[in-house]
Amino acid sequence: MRALAWGLVVALVCAGGANGTSQQPSLIGKQAPRFVRQDLSGKRIDLAAMNGKVVLLNFWATWCAPCRIELPTFAGWQTSYGQEGFQVIAVSMDDERAPVDKAVIKLKMNFPVVMGDAKLGDDYGGVLGLPITYLIDRRGKVAARYAGESDLKQMESTMKKLLSQR
Amino acid sequence: MQPAALAKLLGGQAADKPLVLQVGSRLMFEQAHIPGSAYAGAGSQATGLQMLEGKVASAGKNKLIVIYCGCCPWTRCPNVAPAYKHLHQLGFTNVKVLYIPNNFGDDWVGKGFPAARGE
Repeated sequence: MRALAWGLVVALVCAGGANGTSQQPSLIGKQAPRFVRQDLSGKRIDLAAMNGKVVLLNFWATWCAPCRIELPTFAGWQTSYGQEGFQVIAVSMDDERAPVDKAVIKLKMNFPVVMGDAKLGDDYGGVLGLPITYLIDRRGKVAARYAGESDLKQMESTMKKLLSQR
Repeated sequence: MQPAALAKLLGGQAADKPLVLQVGSRLMFEQAHIPGSAYAGAGSQATGLQMLEGKVASAGKNKLIVIYCGCCPWTRCPNVAPAYKHLHQLGFTNVKVLYIPNNFGDDWVGKGFPAARGE
């Protein structure tokens, strides 16, 4: 049953949920690259410590219009699914922190936000366009990648399937 | 300007080569950019437009300047339009914008055009 559920997730992703760029090897099915950063509040964020949770890792920037559209939805999901083991982590690709601090308040981001850098972008296959979102399963493996303006209903469906896998 | 047209220009004689400027995110520039291009600040920000002025200060007004970003889909890019407008206000008459429909990763790197890393 678990294998069937995983197959459904992969099928959904391959059906068009992830407009993956072709310039980098896909991370799908591989262990999500580990990173440790301090979030904007100073709290240590270690991706490895999230094992057991479904993680939505979102690369965004304050000047990215599609990003600003989907971030409030992610905040809603954090509220709705947090108790089930869902965790959003947002990585800002802004060059400066000041506008990020303002956006976090304006967009009511209720999850950790860390400042990104070129290395983190490289580790995740090159962040050469925004937004980019990864769904990472409870075992720490990358289950899906979404680039550009994404179908949030489909993303939520995939996320819920991952949450159902214990 | 289409990516293939710019790639052809960049492979030509040095005297004909345009001044190529990235007017988007510095972090993205560090990850990948067009070889020979310079980072010129985010066009959506006043500080970015100031940096852009510095990058074109020594260029002739009829010099071919190609600006690009690729942070977001073409219709959503906040940077190229203000940068283009600013260059026109400065008197530059031969400014082109590189057409990147989706993002720099998909439409330049992913299509096999040359890319460089770092500052």
